[in-house]
Amino acid sequence: MIGLLRRYWQVIRRPAVHYSLGFLTVGGFIGGVLFWGGFNTILEATNTETFCIGCHEMHDNVYQELQGTIHFTNRSGVRATCPDCHVPHRWTSKIARKMQASKEVWGKVFGTVATPEKFEAMRLQLASNEWARLKANNSLECRNCHKFEYMDFTRQSPRATRAHSTSLSSGARTCIDCHVGIAHRLPDLSGVESLPEDRRGPDALPALIRTGNSDPDAEPGEAPPEEE
Amino acid sequence: MRSPSPVARRHRPSRPGSSLPAGALLAALARVAALAVALAAASGVALAQRAVPADLPGHYDRMRGTTPIPEEATPPPLTNPDNSDVRRSRAYAMQPPVVPHKIEGYQLDRNANRCMFCHARTRTEQSQAPMISVTHFQDRDGNHLAELSPRRYFCLQCHVPQAAVTPLVENRFTDVETMLRRSGSPSVPRSAPRQAAPQSPGPR
Repeated sequence: MIGLLRRYWQVIRRPAVHYSLGFLTVGGFIGGVLFWGGFNTILEATNTETFCIGCHEMHDNVYQELQGTIHFTNRSGVRATCPDCHVPHRWTSKIARKMQASKEVWGKVFGTVATPEKFEAMRLQLASNEWARLKANNSLECRNCHKFEYMDFTRQSPRATRAHSTSLSSGARTCIDCHVGIAHRLPDLSGVESLPEDRRGPDALPALIRTGNSDPDAEPGEAPPEEE
Repeated sequence: MRSPSPVARRHRPSRPGSSLPAGALLAALARVAALAVALAAASGVALAQRAVPADLPGHYDRMRGTTPIPEEATPPPLTNPDNSDVRRSRAYAMQPPVVPHKIEGYQLDRNANRCMFCHARTRTEQSQAPMISVTHFQDRDGNHLAELSPRRYFCLQCHVPQAAVTPLVENRFTDVETMLRRSGSPSVPRSAPRQAAPQSPGPR
């Protein structure tokens, strides 16, 4: 084994005898373009709505719920597809998320959410994953389209103006704190108490889901959003 | 569809004896066939009548217009609900207050009650929304519960959003205060400001 490795190492570190420098440079360039293009094409192919709902788990549960929400059909005809909200757009974060998603392949192979009942049982855990992710990245996926700086408060309803100009502008709140359950159905919220410690804290759970009144960083007059 | 029955009675063959000759059987069959034709004709007339409702008086429907029943009427375009967040006065003391904001897509099922995200007792400081009234904490025996009573869980059974649409039916509702004033009751001061015209109950 060691001998085999040593032989390959010697082949690699010796200069090429039969190929010209030009061939190696141009060939390496073309090969690199082909590899990178192919890699990215496949990566992007896994980043489409068609790919996501290719599995019945996604098609029969979350995709059905998405239909009828404002992010699916609306008057201006803009749709937020699955990866728009669930996959980061920046390349490094995207690759990190894609590696995380290998867990989802495991789930697919072993049928973790293969039936609606199983999905419903897992819903709180799945939702809290996404809540924690969006809390941690300051609702980055929302902000890819909905930029706070571009908001016109005068075109918003009084409640929206109030909430956005206080808690959101001060940074005390992020989008997901109020806009929960806008694209998918909420899980059984009576189970929130049974979540693990790190998923129950203010850093992971949206403000609207947190139970009780003990919310020191909340500013009064902050109402949950209408589903625009 | 009343007419066929006398026809049927007239055409019903009188039961002959147990031994039925072939000729009589044929005649009976012919009579049954005639009866069937008569029935078909009668129902055909009925169908034809339904197809031309404009001829009949009182066939104008407030929602359907003159569109016949078997045809599909064109629904009016959807209207944006009131989203002003301005509370409206109640038409009578026991009226469930109406919803002055959009509730489109609000989840209200066994998992979550979106209305309670703001209107629950513990949420009102943060949301500044009106708290659900104390009656909502009572069960049917009048016991006060710690939380929203299950029988009050489905908010939309009583509380509905409003839309600025032309009412289909004229509203002749009169506020009780107006009636008392009309009757000259001393319980209503003469100088009381006139009650605003009752809100027309638009479609939900």
